[in-house]
Amino acid sequence: MRAPGGPEVAVGDVLLSVENVSLSFGGVKAVSDVSFDIRKGEIRAIIGPNGAGKTSMLNIINGFYQPQQGRIMFKGETRSKMRPHEAADGGIARTFQNVALFRGMTTLDNLMAGRTLKMKKNFFWQLLRYGPAMAEEVEHRHRVEQIIDFLKIQNIRRTPVAQLPYGLQKRLELGRALAMEPDLLLLDEPMAGMNLEEKEDMSRFVLDVNSHFGTTIALIEHDMGVVMDLSDRVVVLDHGIKIADGTPDEVKGNQAVIDAYLGVAH
Amino acid sequence: MDMLYKIFLDPFVQMASAPDLLVQTLWEGLVSGVLYALIALGFVLIFKASGVFNFAQGIMVVFAALTLVGLHAMLRDWGVSSGTAAAYLALALTVAVMFGLAFTIERLVLRPLVNQPDIILFMATFGMTYFLIGLGELVFGGEPKLMIADDLHLPRGAIDVKMLGGFVSFQKIDIAAAAIASIMVAGLALFFQKTRIGRALRAVADSHKAALSVGISLEQIWVVVWFAAGIVALVTGIMWGARSNVSFALEVIALKALPVLILGGLTSIPGAIVGGLIIGIGEKLGEFYWGPLIGSGIESWLAYVIALLFLLFRPQGLFGERIIERI
Repeated sequence: MRAPGGPEVAVGDVLLSVENVSLSFGGVKAVSDVSFDIRKGEIRAIIGPNGAGKTSMLNIINGFYQPQQGRIMFKGETRSKMRPHEAADGGIARTFQNVALFRGMTTLDNLMAGRTLKMKKNFFWQLLRYGPAMAEEVEHRHRVEQIIDFLKIQNIRRTPVAQLPYGLQKRLELGRALAMEPDLLLLDEPMAGMNLEEKEDMSRFVLDVNSHFGTTIALIEHDMGVVMDLSDRVVVLDHGIKIADGTPDEVKGNQAVIDAYLGVAH
Repeated sequence: MDMLYKIFLDPFVQMASAPDLLVQTLWEGLVSGVLYALIALGFVLIFKASGVFNFAQGIMVVFAALTLVGLHAMLRDWGVSSGTAAAYLALALTVAVMFGLAFTIERLVLRPLVNQPDIILFMATFGMTYFLIGLGELVFGGEPKLMIADDLHLPRGAIDVKMLGGFVSFQKIDIAAAAIASIMVAGLALFFQKTRIGRALRAVADSHKAALSVGISLEQIWVVVWFAAGIVALVTGIMWGARSNVSFALEVIALKALPVLILGGLTSIPGAIVGGLIIGIGEKLGEFYWGPLIGSGIESWLAYVIALLFLLFRPQGLFGERIIERI
């Protein structure tokens, strides 16, 4: 097993920091001059009204977008221009607002695809089912089975994912990200479109991932109840600008946040 | 009445009265079907992984065969005395050239055009087609060449089998072509199902952004896929070249892959194979039994008519994905 690149970061220290980051598309400023940090072991929420730049922020962190200004420090090192698969290699996993699974493949294959980076044996040996390559495959299957048990999706192992109900697809997407054994897990609206029961299940999984595996999590969520219950610290964006940052209680009482959500008389 | 008889009954009477001829016709159809299927396979590989309809696939077949023959001639000129050694050295070099081609295409064409509309990438493959024709002619000359079948030790001659009250003749090169094509298809299927890179290929075919998020490099996958399509093209070129010769006229055959794709669906490997066989066998049967009714020569267009009928009734092909869009 290969440890993800970069030095180790102690629990409570800054794992990732975003410093004065700006991103615009043509004339539209998606994110302007935003700074915040994510500490190792915490659950960090990013909230804000529609169009606040939350998903853009996530896309910057995992390398889908390159910010025009500012820098990102990950594990104490300034990150140069980075492409998504390199971010993944560095230990950043994510899920998507609109589920992005490999629809033609089974649950098992989706999870195994999540372990792509961990597999190092030459495909030629895999093709021949040669001993060490076989052993590697078995080892990865074992890790994937642990995730299947953890997420309680044993009965859909061999189901093509396109046939799964939405809630299970969301759960499987979380599983695929976990299969990467990430240092930082980015969740883009993990509970969007779910009913109350599914939301409770998903909240439980998020908390368990955090406590069992010690995975640092940054999540975007619209359900304020969920955000306040789950997260250790919250950063609030509005129109691409950071308007508040702190514990859930601090943020809840912040006038700028209330104005952003409820509107303010001009 | 007479006409109806000639169309609907007479051909079947002929088939029944001379079954050895029927078997011969089916075999010929099967062999050209296998080669159509190989060309279609190259299209499908690339379309699945990168969403690009690669118009240059046909010319890649010619280019690969031309490179092989051309390098062989050069090696002989430079003093490699053994024809066999030169042939296999040329084969290895051609594989390297196809890898170089895949790498260059990814760097110079696909990467700069990523996220552009499909039609732009399609047009880019048009450009590649003419570039490859030009490059091939410049380096190896434009005149038709003989495939180095003997130096590659491809079998020649025919096996005559006595059956059904007559003889059926199987060309050994055709048997080899069918065998090699089957092995290659089985190998590709295993590669897709059983290996990490195969899984990554399927992942990329399903969702680019999800594939990126789990750490799959699109660039790497594209090189792999274009290289695989290049190898398929090389094998097709050798087999087809051995039956006729190596020239840019082969490109016309590559166009036959279009009806095959319409039949089989653009995204399905089994579809490419079944579609190739249907077109191959269909046009040979049509030519032999129905062709004389309208003065022959229907082999060159029958495939397109079959494809047209499919477009009317099953536009997604036999195995293709039905596209349902919300409006």
